[in-house]
Amino acid sequence: MKRLVVLGAGTAGTMVVNKLRPRLDPNEWEIVIVDQEPTHFYQPGFLFLPFGEYGPQDVKKPKKRFIPAGVEFIEGTIDSVDADANTVLLGDGTQLTYDYLVIATGTHPRPEETPGMDGPEFGKTIHTFYTFEGALALREALKGFDGGKLVVHMVDMPFKCPVAPLEFTFLADAYFTELGMRDQVEITYVTPMSGAFTKPVASAHLGNMFDERKIHLESDFYTERIDTDKNALVSYDEREVPYDLVVTVPLNMGADFVAKSGLGDELNHIPVDKGTFVHKDHDNLFVLGDAANIPTSKAGSVAHFAVDVFVPNFLRHIEGLPMLEQFDGHSNCFIESGHGKGLLIDFNYDTQPLPGKYPLPGIGPFTLLGETEMNHWGKLLFRWMYWNLLLPGKELPLPALMSMAGKIPEDE
Amino acid sequence: MPVTTIGGKEVHVDDEGFMTNYDEWDEELAKQLAKNIGIDELTEEHWRVIKFLREDFKETGETPTLRRVSTVGGFPTKELFKLFPKKPAKKMSYIAGLPKPHGCV
Repeated sequence: MKRLVVLGAGTAGTMVVNKLRPRLDPNEWEIVIVDQEPTHFYQPGFLFLPFGEYGPQDVKKPKKRFIPAGVEFIEGTIDSVDADANTVLLGDGTQLTYDYLVIATGTHPRPEETPGMDGPEFGKTIHTFYTFEGALALREALKGFDGGKLVVHMVDMPFKCPVAPLEFTFLADAYFTELGMRDQVEITYVTPMSGAFTKPVASAHLGNMFDERKIHLESDFYTERIDTDKNALVSYDEREVPYDLVVTVPLNMGADFVAKSGLGDELNHIPVDKGTFVHKDHDNLFVLGDAANIPTSKAGSVAHFAVDVFVPNFLRHIEGLPMLEQFDGHSNCFIESGHGKGLLIDFNYDTQPLPGKYPLPGIGPFTLLGETEMNHWGKLLFRWMYWNLLLPGKELPLPALMSMAGKIPEDE
Repeated sequence: MPVTTIGGKEVHVDDEGFMTNYDEWDEELAKQLAKNIGIDELTEEHWRVIKFLREDFKETGETPTLRRVSTVGGFPTKELFKLFPKKPAKKMSYIAGLPKPHGCV
């Protein structure tokens, strides 16, 4: 009997076991999945919680509901992986041996990594919507906000769903406009990058979205600490951004067991081959989703496309055959822009976001790099698809690799 | 990709002037690139940082982030802001002949 162990029952891990269980002979293969958290959160929905557009019940379901028969679910913490010995040590002392290991434990916000963030002001004047509890606390804070300086802030790259703070900014602009108090709220977007948009074509198409909405931009802001006496963000080059309410994306880091196992980089993300997700020193160890250090966005869409590439590769790999598929870094993200509209971007390792139609050339129904109501409906519809199609491992009519069909190339 | 002449040498660059071919870089070019962005003299400390960036890129295939240069390379972030004022991540990679660090959109 061979054993596949999957660490993490989030988006990537859940999809993997759902896709592999019917494809691996139950008489030959045992599949075990480990996760410490019993609830599966629909993380893209966290964005809508602060504005009251989604309620708490819209974004959570029990993890076990998505684990298929024939897969053992162990609820528990992970202490470490010994990749030379092919074993996983769980927090309760249980040792699991494996023939193949998939690590899909994601990346998580670490407010404690920024001095001043994780203190008494966290949840009061300093908020994040990157956790369920955080998004609900922010909902109350927005309700009680009577004007002043609203600062949307991110500590450092990479963080998951890199368009989320942009979306939050646009939704906050729309929220206060609809309340008739937009002129009493000063919105500032603080980023360590050189701008809100850093890719040339996207910048050209979207660059004026900030000016149109009177959103201030503070770029190249590399945060050293938050001064909670002064209510100001402080950068390493000694700039200060004052706030009344700051909505931050804390530093994102992979799981602690990754560091303890000596597998991670400086942020506990695990370097793997960007085409096949196999670890360079251990050819029975794969990393999928946000836990991997590969040069594309940390996002559910990437996890989805990555799993679609991984599954046929894995089935060949265990037969001793070469892996034929190569992941291209495909990512596809809706960007809410407020007032019932949204944008869509589709890109990969080599191709930056371009304008056009998706997924059908000329037809869409979605518009790339343009603001439409249909894009917004796509984003809302996606929640149903996530719970009912994506997590259970059903096929979506979207190719895993990025296609140029429908896109307008840069030089035309 | 456009080709430009820097210090008498033809090199491939992107739209913002970041070099795109790792092997076209040399130390003479780095001095010229530094001058282009207002760093007139590269000190020993500058070189140590640039060499870390070059070696790390060779290993990982990616331009290291500021955090990586600080935690893995051992150069304090404050120091990096002194050596490469205002925009250290961008300036370091520009001088080291590596791709510009970027976001997704």
